[in-house]
Amino acid sequence: MSRSTPPGIEVADLVKSYDEVDAVRGVSFTVPPGEVFGFLGPNGAGKSTTINMLCTLAKPTSGAARVSGFDVVSQRDDVRRHIGLVFQDPTLDGYLTAEQNLRFHAELYGIDPGVVPARMDQMLKMVDLADRRDKPVMTFSGGMRRRLEIARGLMHSPRVLFLDEPTIGLDPQTRSSIWRYIRALQETEGTTIFMTTHYMDEAEFCDRIAIMDRGEIVVLDTPEALKASVGADRVALGTADNDAALAALEDHFGIEATVAEGAVTFHVDSGEAFVPRVFAELDVAITSVAVSRPTLDDVFMRYTGTTIRDAETGGVADQNRAMMRAMAGAKR
Amino acid sequence: MTAAMADIVAVRVPERTWRSEAQAVTTVWRRDLIRFAGNRAQVMMWLIQPLLFLFVLGSGLQSLSAGSTDGVDLKTFMFPGVLCVAVLFTAMISAASLVWDRELGFLREMMIAPVSRTSIVIGKCLGGTTIAASQGVIVLALAGLVGVPYEPMLLLGAFGLLVLLAFTVSAFGVLVAVTIKQAQSFTWVMQLAVFPMFFLSGALYPVSGLPTWLGALNRLDPLTYAVDPMRRLVFNHLDVSESARRTLDAGVTWWGWHLPQVFDVGMVLLLGLAMMGVAIRRFSRTE
Repeated sequence: MSRSTPPGIEVADLVKSYDEVDAVRGVSFTVPPGEVFGFLGPNGAGKSTTINMLCTLAKPTSGAARVSGFDVVSQRDDVRRHIGLVFQDPTLDGYLTAEQNLRFHAELYGIDPGVVPARMDQMLKMVDLADRRDKPVMTFSGGMRRRLEIARGLMHSPRVLFLDEPTIGLDPQTRSSIWRYIRALQETEGTTIFMTTHYMDEAEFCDRIAIMDRGEIVVLDTPEALKASVGADRVALGTADNDAALAALEDHFGIEATVAEGAVTFHVDSGEAFVPRVFAELDVAITSVAVSRPTLDDVFMRYTGTTIRDAETGGVADQNRAMMRAMAGAKR
Repeated sequence: MTAAMADIVAVRVPERTWRSEAQAVTTVWRRDLIRFAGNRAQVMMWLIQPLLFLFVLGSGLQSLSAGSTDGVDLKTFMFPGVLCVAVLFTAMISAASLVWDRELGFLREMMIAPVSRTSIVIGKCLGGTTIAASQGVIVLALAGLVGVPYEPMLLLGAFGLLVLLAFTVSAFGVLVAVTIKQAQSFTWVMQLAVFPMFFLSGALYPVSGLPTWLGALNRLDPLTYAVDPMRRLVFNHLDVSESARRTLDAGVTWWGWHLPQVFDVGMVLLLGLAMMGVAIRRFSRTE
């Protein structure tokens, strides 16, 4: 890596407030060039607001951020020239064909018309849409549209690509092919990739992960290090009476368990050895047992107090946060 | 795939200059035209109404009005107004596409591009201008059917006025589109602003000798100042009696002062530029 390559993203004490609500409360991190950086967190944690600030769609209330070496406030146009975006919501023109959408993009970014056809061929081939190039986008399936959005986001060879939930709602096959593109891209063009995702198995593909909760980054490390930090095995018990089981675990073993996805869940150092003791000492009927090595789900749960799926469906706290976010959004 | 990726086509995004902004204007403008070309039938629907006014209302009321028009066909009289109305409707509908861009997400694609918001607004205004003016030209081509001669100076002048009006209404439409955030609100704007504008403008009746309240509202309606020079232009090329001219093409007055055509035209142009300016300012705000 040459000295002259600036970090993909540098963020220092970034804050965004909407009236009373602090959506982002002082986050700092650096993403080196060429890294695939995962950004996780429950709904309303401040992920989208952070992305909007990084890609110049929102102004920070305080703090600073540089993308590809350019300041997001004072060098807005330079930032825009060097980033690509794939949003969670569709941003294609359904009336235009795939090719017309890409051409519009190329012209808007001022790409040399001489290289546009070749680049377009390459991008369309990469996402397997070369044979559909002349079809209006409104005839495309959800997966095809997302792939086209990715192709378009890459048309101008951005140094940093932002992907906001790029694979949400897609079938597993499309998801894995999208991941292939992301990796290929990072290898060939050295693109820095900043992405949010709800899929923990996808987060595993990231070089590093930051977990955001309530406007702050609670932890940031490689997936391996994060899993190691949780350390222990995860034990999930199906019981006839979860509340009694929680109390009994506390009394007998001093373990603070929680209920996640309907099962009494806790972490111990060696799960296989511990389970027989539970059967022996707990007087609550146990209907099922699962012991697993730590996963990113456990990491997520450890740092945010909820699994990402529960965060999706939303407890009361999350509903409040979602509401605050909706209110903040309405002010925009 | 890796083989295909091996020799990747390198591209770079150049720094912004006035030339790249000009290209951005063209790009936004051209997209509107591509969409119009693919969607012509729907835009043409907005011609039905003006043509109904002209041929159905015009023919139907002819017997009632024959006594007071000094032999001038009502359709001939209504023609300049109908030209303006065709442009009014189409320009508003074209500008509404910006609201749909917001609703359907495409607006973000433009907002995030390294181009100034000014270029996007100008491109949108020019797109609406082109589409609406071409719609006006279709109506203009029917001149012969209502007894308006195909004289080059008349056609040229009418075309110029159509382009001007198309621009100003597009600027108004874009201003509305960047201000309101929901597509359904646009229907309200059509009902509460555009239709009254049409009815008050004198497109379908002479503007002299109106009841005081209607006269006042008529003078407040911007469309009046597009219909007025258009009508005078058409009547300049008609062979009608002096008295018919006095009744039908009395011209807009302010407290007795006859507005010269160039004053009308200047006002419409200034209004268009001012609204485009406000639209640019509103659109350029970052959260």
